[in-house]
Amino acid sequence: MTATSDREQMAYVSAQAADARINVELDTGDMTLNIGPQHPATHGTLRIAARLDGEQVIAAEPIMGYMHRGYEKLCEVRTYPQCTTLINRIDWLGSFANEVPFILAAERLMGVEAPPRAQWIRTILFELSRIANLSLFLGDMGVQVGALTPVFFAFRDRERVLNQIEEVTGGRFHPNFDRIGGLKDDIPKGWVDETRSVMVKMRTFCDEMEDLLVGNEIFQARCRGVGVIPADMALGYGLSGANLRASGIDWDLRRDANPGLAWDQIDWRVWTHPDGDSFARYWVRLQETREATRMVDQLLDGIPSGPIMAKVPRIIKVPAGEAYISTENPLGEMGYYVVSKGDLGPFRVKIRTPSFNNISVVPWVMKGVYVPDVITILGSLYFILGDIDR
Amino acid sequence: MPQLPGLIKGLGVTARTAGRTLFPKRGWKTIIPAPQKGAVTVQYPHEKEAPPDRARGVIALHEENCTACMLCSRSCPDWCIYIEGHKVKAPPRRAGGKPRTVNMIDRFDIDYALCMYCGICVDVCPFDALFWTPEYEYSEPRIADLLHDKDRLGEWMDTVPDFLDYEAGSEQKVRKVPR
Amino acid sequence: MSLLALPYWQETAIKLGLALVVIPTASLILVYLFLFKMMAFMQSRLGPNDTGPYGSLQLVAEAIKFLQKEDIHPAQADRRVFRMAPVVVLASTFLLYVVLPAGPDAVVQNLDTGVFYAMAVSSLSVLGILMAGWASANKYALLGGLRAAGQLIAYELPLILAVMGVVIQAETLNLQGIVEAQATGEIFGFGAIGNPFILTQFLAFLIFMISAQAELTQTPFDMPVAETELVGGFHVEYTGFRFLLFFMAEFGTAFAFSALAAVMFLGGWWIPGFDVDDNVLNILGPGVMLAKILLIAFFIFWVRFTYPRLREDQLQKFAWKVLIPLALGNIVLTGIFKVVF
Ligand code: SF4
Ligand code: SF4
Repeated sequence: MTATSDREQMAYVSAQAADARINVELDTGDMTLNIGPQHPATHGTLRIAARLDGEQVIAAEPIMGYMHRGYEKLCEVRTYPQCTTLINRIDWLGSFANEVPFILAAERLMGVEAPPRAQWIRTILFELSRIANLSLFLGDMGVQVGALTPVFFAFRDRERVLNQIEEVTGGRFHPNFDRIGGLKDDIPKGWVDETRSVMVKMRTFCDEMEDLLVGNEIFQARCRGVGVIPADMALGYGLSGANLRASGIDWDLRRDANPGLAWDQIDWRVWTHPDGDSFARYWVRLQETREATRMVDQLLDGIPSGPIMAKVPRIIKVPAGEAYISTENPLGEMGYYVVSKGDLGPFRVKIRTPSFNNISVVPWVMKGVYVPDVITILGSLYFILGDIDR
Repeated sequence: MPQLPGLIKGLGVTARTAGRTLFPKRGWKTIIPAPQKGAVTVQYPHEKEAPPDRARGVIALHEENCTACMLCSRSCPDWCIYIEGHKVKAPPRRAGGKPRTVNMIDRFDIDYALCMYCGICVDVCPFDALFWTPEYEYSEPRIADLLHDKDRLGEWMDTVPDFLDYEAGSEQKVRKVPR
Repeated sequence: MSLLALPYWQETAIKLGLALVVIPTASLILVYLFLFKMMAFMQSRLGPNDTGPYGSLQLVAEAIKFLQKEDIHPAQADRRVFRMAPVVVLASTFLLYVVLPAGPDAVVQNLDTGVFYAMAVSSLSVLGILMAGWASANKYALLGGLRAAGQLIAYELPLILAVMGVVIQAETLNLQGIVEAQATGEIFGFGAIGNPFILTQFLAFLIFMISAQAELTQTPFDMPVAETELVGGFHVEYTGFRFLLFFMAEFGTAFAFSALAAVMFLGGWWIPGFDVDDNVLNILGPGVMLAKILLIAFFIFWVRFTYPRLREDQLQKFAWKVLIPLALGNIVLTGIFKVVF
């Protein structure tokens, strides 16, 4: 190939906005920058192929699949209890929340319902994992925009929450505590009081983040007006969770489609922000973390007594049928579509993960931003690699 | 562009944290710096972290209870439990009864290089032969050494903590650890 | 008045030896005190505590580790430039130390144009950074190098303009002269503590510190390094001992800038209200200087550990629209006051 035809080809390719997959070393106007797969901002192995003009991004495309572990396929050759251990590992920061929708779907197929105490404790652990997940985001966002300290605070205080989860479930990250028909075990003595004191600490943490980042003018300068996703775009791309609420859409599955957990029995509110920029996403998550600590407080007060396991056979066979259950996970809507043929294991599991949809907005939102903003936007969209690739 | 208040508040947060880490003591003792106490980190080789009792550290095997029923091995999601057993005649339980056949295990290995610490094996065991212990210091330079045989798994039995009492309102019965 | 009268070559040898000791020690002190310990405390950690007493030898251990590492060149790097870049950056740091006074005579070379010289050599490092960024043949490094060039040039101006205020007030470019002027100065007839210029030139001090922060590429102005965006920026391709040079230069320069600030705004080696012989001050001076330097460095690093980083365009706007007008205003005011009083 001659040099001219080479250049012609490049010109053609660059004219097509999302061509960044081709690594053009010395294009005349713009250059391709591979952000990732090993880049600190992608917390995992996401690759953003960005086409730059100077420091401005012309086109960006997320390339995923570097961490694909084939969980949907693996679930097909495992029994229902074994599946939960895999599902734990999808969104590894809020893993208890992953189990719940899957178990609920299986329960619906079997026609059993967990006793109220189990539902209640499920809700508590669900919210605890939300706090653990979001608090890490609150700190990590600081790192994305260059502040060193917040993430250490986040790790420090998240550890307390993880300890509470571990004290009940035995696993810091992978609780595997949900069973079809209830929970594996009850909560140990003294746990309720400990959790309450941890919630106080988490609220202090939220205040610290408010002072360190939200109130910080530099942070605001970096985040306000950066990566604005208008409401219709957010809906169009299927965003969910805080990303959607930050665009001003009042949508929360916990309230709108509660699949039986204890959310409807306590008093809480859904936070939204009209701006739809990175700052709004941070702010909404901060408020949600606060709200979650308050929810846990209320939930701890009202744990009903009773058994934690419904009557289910020892060997679980799920009758044939299909069920889709989704819940409002820390990252957004996470749903499991379970098809059963009456075997020990599911015939097919389709996992709808929030990060996958959230990241799909990247090519649209990153047009025309600067390289530092790419990082801000990625940070504020908040994805977990395991949740994208699963 | 930067105005003072937010920026200064941020400085305050870090300074406060530094102060709390350096001078954690209360009262007049505040002036004595004691970062060892103030830091939240655990200085691992010098001091050990104490995981909660339910923590899934390593699996202990109570050999007498195991009947080689293979349930755990079959329900393990990555099939990392290896069991071999044989039948022996045992004397009858009550005098005059029939002699029983019991299963003796020859081999009971768990490959911790494969285990994902899901806890299913402990859960399904119908005879209370497997227990979690919070011990965590058993890393090995050679990956093959992570295969614990039944003696090694038996040794962990000493470290199994008692089951915890339950919070009020529970109807669960507290199980007992066979010693 | 000189303490000892030595032949030129002996004096030079001593000075050279001192410089070789002082600069690594200076970065060692800064790194240990602030990067390791203070940052750790601010984050509820302990920091290194196993190497040496309270972990004080950690940096030595790290240096030895760096020295053992392989010296890697990227395949497409411009080898000669790539190798030279860290040396250029370090040279700029070394040259800065020439004019820093630590006592009435404890100075390597008492230049009459000390301030001017310091500003000039400090901007040499841009060259090294650009070289590093370009020669690495890495896009991240290139972006980092270009950012560094833009930023350092933008912030050189307010830095110099801020210093102008001091120079006008002290009526000399000589750093020793500036110390002298602060020691003997008075504020409206009150002369007990001399006149550390931080009191009368507070605005200039602020501008100086902000621009120094940018010159040192510390957060909130650390775009050239920007670990989470450019994964290290201009020194992303450097390993082993070449990286160590960059590292040393970074903290050596931080020390030198703190020293400059200490000299120009806090009265240098002068102890307020403490009228003693020059020879005693030659001994005590370095200690006083060190204390003042650490105070300044504390602020530099405190800010570094607390703030997020600005964006490149915001940083430029801040320099041109805020700092430079302010600095110019400060000069005008200083001039007026100088004439009036
Ligand atoms: S804990 Fe380990 S050995 Fe037990 S079932 Fe799970 S993976 Fe298998
Ligand atoms: S399930 Fe229990 S009794 Fe059965 S083989 Fe496993 S450890 Fe032994």
